[in-house]
Amino acid sequence: MNERIHRLREQSVSTQPELSIERAKLITEFYQNHENQQYPTPIMRALAFRHILENKEICINEGELIVGERGPAPLATPTYPEICCHTLKDLDILHNRPKISFKVTEETKKLTQSVILPFWKGKSIRDKIFSEMDQEWIAAYKAGVFTEFMEQRAPGHTVAGKQVFQKGMLDFIKEIQQSISKLDFLNDPEALMKRDQLRAMNIAAEAIIAFAHRYAELARTMANENSALDPQRKRELLQIAEICDWVPAHTPRNFWEALQHYWFIHLGVITELNTWDSFNPGRLDQNLFPFYQKELAEGKWDEEFARELLQAFWIKFNNQPAPPKVGVTAEESNTYTDFCNINIGGLKADGSDGTNPLSYMILDTIQQMRILQPSSNVQISKKTPDRLLMRALDIIKTGFGQPSIFNCDAIIQELLRQGKDLVEARLSGASGCVEVGAFGKEAYILTGYFNIVKVLEITLHNGFDSRTQKQIGPRTGENDTFENYEAFFEAFKKQLAYFIDIKIKGNQIIEQLWARELPAVFLSIIIEDCIKKGKDYNAGGARYNSNYIQMVGMGSISDSLAAIKKYVFDEKSLTLNELVNILDKNFEGYHDFRHKLINDTPKYGNDDDYADRFAQEVFDVLFDLVDGRPNSKGGHYRINLLPTTVHVYFGSVIGATPDGREAMMPLSEGISPVQGADIKGPTAVLKSAAKLDHLRTGGTLLNQKFNPSLLQEESGLIKVLHLIRSYFKMDGHHIQFNVVDAATLRAAQKNPEQYRNLIVRVAGYSDYFINLGQKLQEEIIRRTEHQNF
Amino acid sequence: MGNQLSGIVFDIKKFAIHDGPGIRTTIFLKGCPLSCWWCHNPESQQLEPQKYLTGPNFQEIIGKTMNVAEVMNEILKDRIFYDESDGGVTFSGGEPFMQPKYLAKLLDECKKQGLHTVVDTSGYVSWEILEPMLSNIDLFLYDLKLIDNESHKKYTGVDNHEILNNLIRLIENHQNVHIRIPIIPSITDSEANLVSIKNYLKQVHFTGDISLLSYNTFGIRKYKQLGCEYRLTNLKPPTSERMQEIRNFFLKTFPNCKIGG
Repeated sequence: MNERIHRLREQSVSTQPELSIERAKLITEFYQNHENQQYPTPIMRALAFRHILENKEICINEGELIVGERGPAPLATPTYPEICCHTLKDLDILHNRPKISFKVTEETKKLTQSVILPFWKGKSIRDKIFSEMDQEWIAAYKAGVFTEFMEQRAPGHTVAGKQVFQKGMLDFIKEIQQSISKLDFLNDPEALMKRDQLRAMNIAAEAIIAFAHRYAELARTMANENSALDPQRKRELLQIAEICDWVPAHTPRNFWEALQHYWFIHLGVITELNTWDSFNPGRLDQNLFPFYQKELAEGKWDEEFARELLQAFWIKFNNQPAPPKVGVTAEESNTYTDFCNINIGGLKADGSDGTNPLSYMILDTIQQMRILQPSSNVQISKKTPDRLLMRALDIIKTGFGQPSIFNCDAIIQELLRQGKDLVEARLSGASGCVEVGAFGKEAYILTGYFNIVKVLEITLHNGFDSRTQKQIGPRTGENDTFENYEAFFEAFKKQLAYFIDIKIKGNQIIEQLWARELPAVFLSIIIEDCIKKGKDYNAGGARYNSNYIQMVGMGSISDSLAAIKKYVFDEKSLTLNELVNILDKNFEGYHDFRHKLINDTPKYGNDDDYADRFAQEVFDVLFDLVDGRPNSKGGHYRINLLPTTVHVYFGSVIGATPDGREAMMPLSEGISPVQGADIKGPTAVLKSAAKLDHLRTGGTLLNQKFNPSLLQEESGLIKVLHLIRSYFKMDGHHIQFNVVDAATLRAAQKNPEQYRNLIVRVAGYSDYFINLGQKLQEEIIRRTEHQNF
Repeated sequence: MGNQLSGIVFDIKKFAIHDGPGIRTTIFLKGCPLSCWWCHNPESQQLEPQKYLTGPNFQEIIGKTMNVAEVMNEILKDRIFYDESDGGVTFSGGEPFMQPKYLAKLLDECKKQGLHTVVDTSGYVSWEILEPMLSNIDLFLYDLKLIDNESHKKYTGVDNHEILNNLIRLIENHQNVHIRIPIIPSITDSEANLVSIKNYLKQVHFTGDISLLSYNTFGIRKYKQLGCEYRLTNLKPPTSERMQEIRNFFLKTFPNCKIGG
């Protein structure tokens, strides 16, 4: 890393994120103008987008090679009042909360109070969503049965396909015009709507070109106005100007242009709306490969400079924290990370190994930069050379959780099952935490987390939620009426079905609200087939449209059901009511019984068929309840199994559980066993986890924690490589590692100031350990640490 | 019928990565004729199951009776990992040859399943017991502690004649043998002992791998929990410099000498 990259990185890592009111001001100004409100919604949104890009402050930071910030400065993070209008109280919380805070200036508060709030109150989509939801939904949401992803973040959850790197905005404009010219007003009742949409896309495409030209102009001014400027920097600025003149209007011609081209598109997506998982260049090594080859063939390839460009590119991601989240959304995803997850390796369209020299260069970049954003993963197929996996492990062993490791062959089968064709599946990968989708062609929307364990608690109370003191579920039977385990499980199934119906019904409404109120016209340009269909990304324009519900607490539910079956129905050592009574008392006075629940009960994660069967059964029930149900965009519902940070929140709304977990404590995360319950080592965990049918999901998340000594020597790394290969042979979807010992984490809790750089894997992303809430810190420490046997 | 044969197992460790090649499952059989002062598995010495205090009011029984079928069931659970990593099964102890029929049957079953087998042994076993099992053992992890018989007797409780003779026979029989030398400061690391070990190995034409295992204090706690006396109080593990020095001493003659399992 040279001096300037070092400086830019330092600036990115050490700047306190700040809330920028700029975007809110511009969008409000735009909406306040009545003239603008006369346009059809998509056109209005496109004009609003243009208004922001025309008027926002732009900057080229000292020494930068890739230019463009979403806010007025690095880490200045905008708000989206049309989506979520923060109250003054929200702003205070954001400013003062101990973790994941955003500096809020007095000016921002004043403007919020005088302009933003009065205009948007009741009009933001968040307000509309909550007012559209029925009583049942509200009650379940408040009880913590599920979360709602779209209540303050926009649907996004999509990834750039290779066409994003192969086409300029002018090419897209041509396609838009062709699509308009093909509209059949005679026979198509939606033709006018389609024309509005396509015109809006045209406006947005032109807007991003003009935005780039502003940078070109700024670079030129900076180059020419300062006579004392270092001549090399002057040359660079002039070259930046030339690049911004060219991209994103045209197809990039070289490596540098390709990165800058993508970056403008990325900024467009995350400025238009606060899309979940920001945006993502997808298979970066593949997408950049043609530019590398071309420069190599022309004798222009400068490897050292290319590395510098990649590093500069990395810093741009880290400069854009996830937009400030509040309420339940902050609980479920409490991090600055915005989940851009770059894919490395995998297969090519023809099914051959996709590893190329850039794969290794990108891995070098990840190691050298060692920053939170972007996230990264390696896609491992049976055809992937061990060398790539070893290189990834070499980085993982340094202990910052990146890259995570995916089974590319499993992902392909998952996508095929969902109806994608083989080539599309090969060109895809994983994004966000672990989710699969057809890159460049699919809206795969995570709609919210679902608290499986909460539903068990509700079942044990005949539909009543003790925390909110409400009958929120159906009456599925008093505890003394269940004659056997099967009867009890049947009641649990009924409750699950009830709450999943509520969740999906709410989703349908919310999805349609987004389609109607806040189309994503810019994003629609780049995701196939929105142009062809003349339809917005948020309204089903993409070729594929999947909705996910993310199931949380597999380990906890499995162990809880095992305990109920064993003690209540098999051994009959206590009645279900007696058990519930003990749980309601949070084991007070029942210490020995809790000890027995924890130590003498079969637990998921030990390759014990008896215990693992419960996880399999719950999986099957959830799959049957969700998979294949239609969403409102012509696609289908799927399940996946991942938690981000929601296992902490979900745990906090549940009393003690039959697995011995005390009230309020976090649930298990992803498909990992309950923290500390897996005592038979990593092979047993992988065997248990592989008993779930990963291929019927859209992603599962497995965390493993290894003591650093295990990976110190190459021989240890090779064993871990074999572990991974074995797990993938069993169709495991994903695995990620924390390589850190408990003593280090404890020390970091005690002296956080000395451990500012300690990064750990949370669930699908990495984060600074000191930025995690206390409960999450404890949860990570309690995860079983596999030792150097 | 043979699969119903039972023995005493005191632990089964999966993902064992220092007990032979690849990813392995190590089956620890209870009972050992030696009682080395430095033994870090004192709970393995007595053949019968025994009590072990895990807290003021908690005790565990160490040692579980398992029949061959039950052990094989555990072993086969991780087959996919052995296949992927060229790993397999390791029988350790205690001294696995203390339960000869049981071990023979387990080895037989493993071979029927096509698994790679390792036996981790002190070598203190009669050749008549050992010999019939040879074809079912792919690799021996063989301990060499002290060459001087008096010292051997003092610190392990037994003579070393049989151990040294068995090693010669194994080498003559072209068995794969991996020598492991525990480096116990002031006991096995004297110059005289190290020179004797080296000369002895040269003399028997040993050419395989040697591992130097550093003394550790992990076992001390267990002595208390078992209610036994630990005789090496205050002994510190050798420094890594010292380990390296010993390795260098062996390296000239035995290029495959490394530190650690």
